[in-house]
Amino acid sequence: MTMGEPGTKEALSLEELEAAVGLRTGRKHILSILVENKPGVLTRIAGLFARRGFNIDTLAVGPTDDETVSRITLTLDGAVHPIDQVTKQLHKLINVLKIRDLEPEETLARELALFKISADGAARTEVMQVCEIFRAKIVDVTRRSVVIEVTGTYDKVDAFERLVRPFGLVEMARTGEIAISRGRGET
Amino acid sequence: MRAVDALMECLKAEGVDVVFGLPGGANLPTYDAFYDAGIRHILVRHEAGGGHAAEGYAKATGKVGVSLGTSGPGATNLITPICDAMMDSVPVVFLTGQVRTELLGTDGFQEADTIGITMPVVKHSFMIQHPLELPRSIHEAFHIARTGRPGPVVVDIPQDLSRADIPYEPVSDVHLPGYQPTTEGNQKQIRIAAKALANSHRPVIYAGGGVISGNAAVELTEFGLSDRFPVTCTVMGLGGFPAPHPQWLGMLGMHGTRTANYAMDEADLIIAIGARFDDRITGKLSEFAPRAKFIHIDVDPAEISKNVPAHIPIVGDAKNILPRLTAEYRALEADPGRLEEWWSRIRSWQERYPLTYADSTDTEIKPQYMVKALYEATGGDAIVTSDVGQHQMWTAQHYDFPAPRRWINSGGLGTMGFGLPAAMGAKIGCPDQTVVCIAGDGSVQMNMQELATCAQEGIAIKVFIMNNGYLGMVRQWQELFWDKRYSQVDMGQWPDFVKVAEAYGATGLRLTDKTTLVSDMKEAIATEGPVLVDVRVTREENTYPMIPAGKAARDMVG
Repeated sequence: MTMGEPGTKEALSLEELEAAVGLRTGRKHILSILVENKPGVLTRIAGLFARRGFNIDTLAVGPTDDETVSRITLTLDGAVHPIDQVTKQLHKLINVLKIRDLEPEETLARELALFKISADGAARTEVMQVCEIFRAKIVDVTRRSVVIEVTGTYDKVDAFERLVRPFGLVEMARTGEIAISRGRGET
Repeated sequence: MRAVDALMECLKAEGVDVVFGLPGGANLPTYDAFYDAGIRHILVRHEAGGGHAAEGYAKATGKVGVSLGTSGPGATNLITPICDAMMDSVPVVFLTGQVRTELLGTDGFQEADTIGITMPVVKHSFMIQHPLELPRSIHEAFHIARTGRPGPVVVDIPQDLSRADIPYEPVSDVHLPGYQPTTEGNQKQIRIAAKALANSHRPVIYAGGGVISGNAAVELTEFGLSDRFPVTCTVMGLGGFPAPHPQWLGMLGMHGTRTANYAMDEADLIIAIGARFDDRITGKLSEFAPRAKFIHIDVDPAEISKNVPAHIPIVGDAKNILPRLTAEYRALEADPGRLEEWWSRIRSWQERYPLTYADSTDTEIKPQYMVKALYEATGGDAIVTSDVGQHQMWTAQHYDFPAPRRWINSGGLGTMGFGLPAAMGAKIGCPDQTVVCIAGDGSVQMNMQELATCAQEGIAIKVFIMNNGYLGMVRQWQELFWDKRYSQVDMGQWPDFVKVAEAYGATGLRLTDKTTLVSDMKEAIATEGPVLVDVRVTREENTYPMIPAGKAARDMVG
């Protein structure tokens, strides 16, 4: 948009003005939120999401290097939600200190998942091969089952699940992603 | 000293001169401290009355209102005022008692999860977990309530902690790293806005309650008069621009003037100031102001582009931004002649669609006439509170508010029963001003018990009930949109308001004659003490004009 030099009378045409529409980005967003480590903070955030109709895909909460501060990492779908409205509403919470909408290419995101598979006999060898490819670990074995620990991005864990499900998935637990930015700068 | 005594010191340090509340078991220590704290305490008859009174006080004075209730039902009775204050951005601190900490979570007597229940409707809340936290939390509560976009803050104080002995030292600073409202507008954005205005041919200033709560009425007026900008206000913004005025279009929205709504519809540039594009303003969103670009000034960034995408967003205080915008605009020396055509269009609407009604030819009092009569009886110089419904809209339409903080109503939540206690709070805040309440016969019954408070404390409010014996606005919708099937809207002629007034120790009057209405109203206003006036008006009269819900400005009826 041309607005001319500051303080000049150079014209600005109304036609040139564009609104910040298209606020739905259409991709997955990882929000890294630093909050004061106080009682009820998670409730405030969860309540805000429920009230405004925002749907959280995954949520992970944990301590940071500063004991007065916790980090909440949550992922949500930018195709469904206006992300800027989500972050602006979050910022209104007094206990929210900082929000980063992490850029995918500058972000390391990982989640931990545990899979219980009913693999015995020949199937077990195949499962172990899959584990090797995914650098997953078998952390518990019985005659009729194995428990596998896998870490990686959300998509990697998804892919792992698709591969092991046919062997007989008894149950699965996932933490939801946590994330940190690449490089020296703080997330 | 006891934590509650420290609480009193904190209230004094915050400049609190009056609080509205009702004691109970869990806040007994607080009330013991009030006994000789030297802070005026108004004993209300219902916590909701106290909450709305604190709102009325805050809206009339611009100061933070304070409202108290005990735990459990005391706190739950405050939910409506808390939510009301949230919706209309009213700075009120609510102090609730809580059961002893050892009883928390045990479903103890009069225990309610006040923090949990109020969480969705507060700007912030504090659960006191250690007596030493109390002073700082109180100061933080006041700071949060009054700054940025104002709003309600709840402080929940367990009974045992409030009795604890603490060393008290005055707290002079607040430390809220997660709360830093932007007040100063971005200069570059202001400059772009000025240029857009200079290039617009059909601009409209659309101002809301933010201009009132931001104390920016003078700045808005100066900005409006920096050119021949047409100005309209929301129901919350009335008084932000002095009415009547040649550049004043009247209120906009569902029951706004045709001129204001048509101007929005045809505008090429709308500058929204402290307004939030509520559905009562926009009607059908996809057809709202289809030709317009939007400048949006608001202290709350989350309001910008929430409902209507802004082309030029400016985050900050209207009081900070408007003078700078005026200066930038003046420097551009835009040609005022470019607005000539726009004004002739506006004038043609004004001539064709004035706010009008068919007045009676006998002694019958039309509700619109009642508002005009009150305007005359008060000389347009009163603080007017209202409840919610037809009477509220007729007052907003027909009473010209010349200055801010004269019109006090419940806009966002639409709380019936708001007007009488709000008038009570306004009168305490502004004892030298005439404070009248226009109430509905339905609404007034929701907090009428506060007449006892007014009588006891000598709070001289003048309540004029627009009595049509109906829940009038609901009846109107049933008439217009539900085939006139009047379902549960007929209130009949109960109670006898004159007797009610007298029973409460107030003066009760009944007015039925249009020809003497103005002088009778003057007399009522001149009567000492609280006065409740039952004004009998036409039973079935509709509030027009109207944009039916979900329709566009062009679909206005009446």
